[in-house]
Amino acid sequence: MKEKKYDILPNSELKAEDRDLFCDARPVPVSKLNKYMEKLVNWARANSLWFLAFGTGCGAVEVRPLMTARFDAYRYGIAGRPTPRQSGIILIGGYASVKTLKRIIRSYEQMQNPKFVISLCSCSINGGMYFDSYNTINQIDKYIPVDVYITGCMPRPEAIIAGFNKLKDRIKAGNAEGANKYAENFDYYKANQKKIIKDWNMPDYNW
Amino acid sequence: MKTILNSVKNIEQIFGVLAKKIQRPDLIFITVEKKQVLSVLSHLRDIEEYTHLVMITAIDYLEQGKFQILYLLHNYKNNTDLGVKTFISREDAHMYSAHHLWGQVATYQRELHEMFGIDFPGSPRVNENFALEGWEGIPPMRRDFDTLRYSQETYNFRKGRATNDPKKYMKKNLHKE
Repeated sequence: MKEKKYDILPNSELKAEDRDLFCDARPVPVSKLNKYMEKLVNWARANSLWFLAFGTGCGAVEVRPLMTARFDAYRYGIAGRPTPRQSGIILIGGYASVKTLKRIIRSYEQMQNPKFVISLCSCSINGGMYFDSYNTINQIDKYIPVDVYITGCMPRPEAIIAGFNKLKDRIKAGNAEGANKYAENFDYYKANQKKIIKDWNMPDYNW
Repeated sequence: MKTILNSVKNIEQIFGVLAKKIQRPDLIFITVEKKQVLSVLSHLRDIEEYTHLVMITAIDYLEQGKFQILYLLHNYKNNTDLGVKTFISREDAHMYSAHHLWGQVATYQRELHEMFGIDFPGSPRVNENFALEGWEGIPPMRRDFDTLRYSQETYNFRKGRATNDPKKYMKKNLHKE
């Protein structure tokens, strides 16, 4: 019998007595339903976009006018949620320092499938104005899979709504497969994450 | 009412001042010896009514091999600010802890320890992580730390990013001669 490379995650950075408290299962890709059922489910998913209210950078200030009376994103089915367990989207609000990236990964991994990532601002695309910072990552898609990028420094609420609409189109077309991509390329993402997060005192997969 | 000039004069008489700079009528910087800093700070707090510590920061004088530590104090009675500066060696960077004078000093000292590598023996939790979790290598705010090179080595640059020198770019595109 051929031995698989990793059946369970090693969780090697946790203390020995803590390892029993955390799950050591790897994330698994979710296969699609049959053609018509998948279409129906994707339509439903596209119309209830609940995002995690986690402001990770300066771009998060544009989420306040997005949700309040003037732009009122609730009419598009977009709502903020307080915990990762209840939300399906994580908004990366601009630059992510290494300390924040650790929290982003924790939150992203705790979210339920299917989950999507929208990345605001130029900092998370190529570093933006913090390209030479000692503490700010330059490409967010090295660490988590991104579905839609919204450029700008910072993007206006109109642009964010356009980005959400783009994500809706992608979900309806069945192209927003970020969570499956993360599960399939789990070793690649984990290696990139562990390369820069030196103080990794959490399980390998924060389910 | 006590004026800032009176306070500085008292410090000069009691402890001795190496240098004095009157930045504004309500802002004066004095440089004192490293050994005198704690005495000067407690004198200013308890007798001259500089009860509020605004901040502590450090400046890296790489060429002279020194760090300058600045304590900025505020007096609510006459609304003046007094900066107390001192120089410490860059090689063996350590400073006497002042956490017994103000509660927030310990936090500033933790930050200085992490960002500049200045040690404050006896300060509470000074060796714990502050903002950089698990930092290795020379502290990032020291001037011999090359932040662009570190960023290029650690965080991959996306291909296609172009940078223009503003001077050349303006000359080429806007002000052709």
